[in-house]
Amino acid sequence: MRWMRQTAAVTLMNLKSLPRRWGSALVAVVGFAGVVAVFVAVLSIAEGFEQVMGTVGSESTALVLRGGSDSEMSSGLTLEQTRIVKQAPGVRRESGEPVASAELFVIVDVPKRSTGTAANVPLRGVEPGAFLVRPEVEIVEGRRFREGRNEVIVGTAAASQFAGLELGNRLRWGEATWEVVGLFEAGGGVHESEIWTDARVLQPAYRRGATFQSVYTALESPESFQAFKDALTADPRLEVDVTRESEYLAAQSRVLRSLVGVLGNLIAALMAVGATFGALNTMYSAVAARGREIATLRALGFQGGPVVVSVLAESLFLALVGGLVGGALAWAAANGYQTATMNWQTFSQVAFSLRVTPALLVGGLGYALLMGLLGGLFPAVRAARLPVVSGLRQR
Amino acid sequence: MSEALARVEAVHKVYRRGAETVDVLNGLDLEVATGEFLALMGPSGSGKTTLLNLLGGLDRPTSGRVVVGGQDLGRASGRELARWRARHVGFVFQFYNLLPVLTAERNVELPLLLTRLKRSERRRRARTALEIVGLADRASHYPSQLSGGQEQRVGIARAIVNDPTVILADEPTGDLDRATGGEILDLLVALNERHGKTVVMVTHDPLAADRATRVLHLDKGVLAEASE
Repeated sequence: MRWMRQTAAVTLMNLKSLPRRWGSALVAVVGFAGVVAVFVAVLSIAEGFEQVMGTVGSESTALVLRGGSDSEMSSGLTLEQTRIVKQAPGVRRESGEPVASAELFVIVDVPKRSTGTAANVPLRGVEPGAFLVRPEVEIVEGRRFREGRNEVIVGTAAASQFAGLELGNRLRWGEATWEVVGLFEAGGGVHESEIWTDARVLQPAYRRGATFQSVYTALESPESFQAFKDALTADPRLEVDVTRESEYLAAQSRVLRSLVGVLGNLIAALMAVGATFGALNTMYSAVAARGREIATLRALGFQGGPVVVSVLAESLFLALVGGLVGGALAWAAANGYQTATMNWQTFSQVAFSLRVTPALLVGGLGYALLMGLLGGLFPAVRAARLPVVSGLRQR
Repeated sequence: MSEALARVEAVHKVYRRGAETVDVLNGLDLEVATGEFLALMGPSGSGKTTLLNLLGGLDRPTSGRVVVGGQDLGRASGRELARWRARHVGFVFQFYNLLPVLTAERNVELPLLLTRLKRSERRRRARTALEIVGLADRASHYPSQLSGGQEQRVGIARAIVNDPTVILADEPTGDLDRATGGEILDLLVALNERHGKTVVMVTHDPLAADRATRVLHLDKGVLAEASE
């Protein structure tokens, strides 16, 4: 009890005396804030990307690719194979027809608005069933493409990130000219970064004959997946990989997530070393500036423990303030910022918004507190070990 | 002379500065009687403050014994010394050593935070101590709002608030003008005469030393002469 009282009293005195040392305290706060801002901002890239990749990934949508393909880019299916897939058990039917879409996936060059440099944008050839498999796809401007016509609809994220995709524009891709007739949203998911057209128009434009690369099927329920998969993998006419769409997209975001995660943590760790030294410096000078006060308290009978805790508490307080400021900065600067990056599995661009999540902010704050603890520890121990007699001699 | 409160026996104190050693106290013997007002005088570097620090349990002798109130200070652990200081010693410093972020009353209350007393009782005693030094009306003032003399009074109130066995004052008037210093000495004399407090005071000032009941002169770590 008395120990607690001593600690509380010394800590309160420490914090109260902070305004007298605001200059060095500010240095520490800025250091902590910088690290947390960078840490949170960089990791918000991964959060944003994952959000896009995970938003539409439905449990009750299955994706069928050629066996051994790790993405739609490297897959290939014949018309016959896609028909067998659509007739498999477990596929949802409407008016007797399977809800499925055999699709083609090609990459087109479109300049980025921000840099003007060409970027790979996915151009997806779909069947009418695509809009039933993905009910979240909704035309927000213009209309759907007509079957058999060289018309495209553009995802809103693609339209905002890449130049020339405005409604009514005509674009030359493959061996055809295409007209943008509509803009669509897809519930914030990855398809908003794509351009869609009729698969049967895209096939000749890219000399694909009657082939496709994937089949998206709506399942009767998420539980139907296993029966659907078993039926296809047991069928001797097929050699296919069957995954849930949600798992496929999660796997696609893994590379970027780990890349950004490693990068973010590395940058933050390097900056943290600097900030921790900044905090060490601040706390050493705080301890030096308060040497006589600390010695006086020790002379009066206060123990070393409360002195250690009080210095640590001050360091943690500065870290807390820095962490909050850094988190707020990252949130203000990064949250919602629109950008696009390469999806390494499909070699195409995915547009997304940076996301500063509560979990990231808490993580950033934890990071700051860890730096504060490290930065305060040695000065705290020094404060407690400073001989009382020499501390009293300080002026 | 009444019973000895403090006994210093054959005390040596050696400081090391790198490879150099400095003998500050050289086999010093001293007794401080309960209830006396002892002044320690001597030139700079003579070991006055070192002796005071040893009596206050802030430092340990290199050899010899320092026994105060029955406690052998050289054998006590750091923790035990801190507890002993809190209970038995009231320090008065040359530069007052008040905590600038605390009011006069809170400064005086500090030593009582180390006791089991409840807050109301701590505050009551702090106010009583401030009344004794004549500063009851300055209880809510911060050190920066007080004069040097007033600050030293607060320092003395802090030294007496826990009713210590001995008051150790290191140049208590060293930072004050003569008139104000005189008032501080009046206060220390009153504490000694009226309240029976044992006072050991280090000073350069012969006029200050004259107010004590006994004066000892230190030179090069030994007692040079004594006068009553």
